[in-house]
Amino acid sequence: MLPVRFLRSLSGRLRAAPLGDTLFQGLCALVAIGVVALLGVITLVLALAAAPAMRAFGFGFLGGTVWNPIAPEEYGAAPFIDGTLVTSALALLLGVPVSIGIAIFLSELAPSWLRIPLTYIVELLAAVPSVVYGLWGLFVLAPVMRDSIEPAIRGALGWLPIFQGTPIGTDKFAAGVILAIMIIPTVSAVSREALLAVPGNQREAALSLGATRWETTRLAVLRYARAGIFGAIVLGLGRAVGETMAVTMMIGNKNSISVSLFDQGQTIASLIANSFAEAGPSSLQLAALIELGLVLMLISLAINVFARLMVGRVLRLGEGAA
Amino acid sequence: MKLPKFPNPFRGLPLRFDREGRRLWKDFGMSIAAFVCVVIALVPLGSILIEAAVRGLQAIGPSFFLLDTAYGGIGNAIQGTLILVAFASAISLPVGILTGIYLSEFGKNRFGDAIRFFVDVMTQIPSIVVGIFVYSLILLLSVSGIVSVRLVFSAIAGTIALATIMIPFVARTAEEALRLVSVSTREAALALGIPRHRMILRVVLPTGASGLVTGALLGVARVGGETAPLLMTAYGSGFGFSGLDQPVESLPHTIYTFALSPYTGQNQAAWGASLVLVLMMLMISVFSRLLLRSRYPLGGAGR
Repeated sequence: MLPVRFLRSLSGRLRAAPLGDTLFQGLCALVAIGVVALLGVITLVLALAAAPAMRAFGFGFLGGTVWNPIAPEEYGAAPFIDGTLVTSALALLLGVPVSIGIAIFLSELAPSWLRIPLTYIVELLAAVPSVVYGLWGLFVLAPVMRDSIEPAIRGALGWLPIFQGTPIGTDKFAAGVILAIMIIPTVSAVSREALLAVPGNQREAALSLGATRWETTRLAVLRYARAGIFGAIVLGLGRAVGETMAVTMMIGNKNSISVSLFDQGQTIASLIANSFAEAGPSSLQLAALIELGLVLMLISLAINVFARLMVGRVLRLGEGAA
Repeated sequence: MKLPKFPNPFRGLPLRFDREGRRLWKDFGMSIAAFVCVVIALVPLGSILIEAAVRGLQAIGPSFFLLDTAYGGIGNAIQGTLILVAFASAISLPVGILTGIYLSEFGKNRFGDAIRFFVDVMTQIPSIVVGIFVYSLILLLSVSGIVSVRLVFSAIAGTIALATIMIPFVARTAEEALRLVSVSTREAALALGIPRHRMILRVVLPTGASGLVTGALLGVARVGGETAPLLMTAYGSGFGFSGLDQPVESLPHTIYTFALSPYTGQNQAAWGASLVLVLMMLMISVFSRLLLRSRYPLGGAGR
């Protein structure tokens, strides 16, 4: 019985004094600061572990085109930065129009009984794990790509240098397609938020002037929400840049730069996933991979800070106007 | 019972193509295009679910859940995923919820805004970067002799990686959940004379409990399907859990290795494992929606 009585008297004392409040607030603040400090720790640890590669290659690392783990070792990041940029750009090109269409349908056009269920279902795309996308891509999408979609594109646009070569289904184009599918839930959800933040009187004003539904959407809604939609696109880019498993399984894994989208490639993330286990601890290759990871993190941080600033601005704007 | 009616998209469309007619037809075309976009998004989702069900069911039998991955089952993978997710939750839920409390209860100032911003940004760090971070951290610590080098590929490393991904996510969802607790509830509690920290612990937390559970579930769903950070931390193993300092198998890792295997039997097992994993994720996702819906009938906690 003693501890209970002791605790009770202790809690009584805490109630009397604001000490408990101070302690609790201090604890919460400490934990919150600790969480944010983790970001710094991550950067620091990666920089420390990547130091040997930084010393060996300096800034030339970013421009180097050779990745050779056999002596004389040489490591350059350019093919992987290129692969990441190309697949992400392709993902945006294919995924963004679809996502904005979804956002318009869900916020402007769909009958009200359909809106919530459809929104949930589109969001379920985000609940599918990346590795399952990879498995599906490898066994379902890749054969379709190889046998019908890529030959059709080559037939129509084969004179373009980006569509040269024999389609094999696991290449940069296929990786871009699977990334496009994976960014749809992110881009469409944030765009939808931005469209919903447009005040109703914007729409009513346009409709009262005799505009059709589409003219209202284009002139009064999309224009008003453009900063938020832009933020959504940038958030989608952030997702595409860091995506690992599905891309690793779809891109064919070839460590060199090529122009054609029907050629295999490698992104920063897929290279790390593929070669990390082979690189021995304290090898130069490991340090180079970690430096690539640091580059990936800085790219994605920059993208996300930018996107947050855009989205934050538009949502505040929406609240203010409503 | 009144059935919901889908509006007739052809209503009011004129059969002429002068200026007015073109405007109406364009309106019609754009509506159809937006609808087609939704269909485009549903095709891969449907295809993934159907393929996983059809191909996965062929692999699934009673022994599939019992055998280790070394013998073509996924028993040790389910075990490993449950262990990793449970330990990661045990770390990240208290830390995340305390951070969430800070953000919602004490964070209405510039400092709180800054913390919120960085926590937001942290939710978007690529998961593979977290994997490299944990690997490098343990490697650096073992070089200085603080921990055993064995921990580089271990269940502990996997747990730390998953917890690192989960913490910022739980923090933000916890903040959103606690913000929904009304001011009058808080004022009523304070009016009874209890101090603020007890008001938060005894009134605000229980009131926001379903939101907190939802956030925790979504956090679990988010890390339960992670593969990339586990490649360089928990690593994977053909057999059951054998200690926190040993490598451990997980469902996503099983799918990855079986998918790339040259044996069709293992490819099929990858589909079976995918079916199990996707069903787990979808159940968590739907369950957390229902939980939110029952509290906020219009289905949006964020509104």
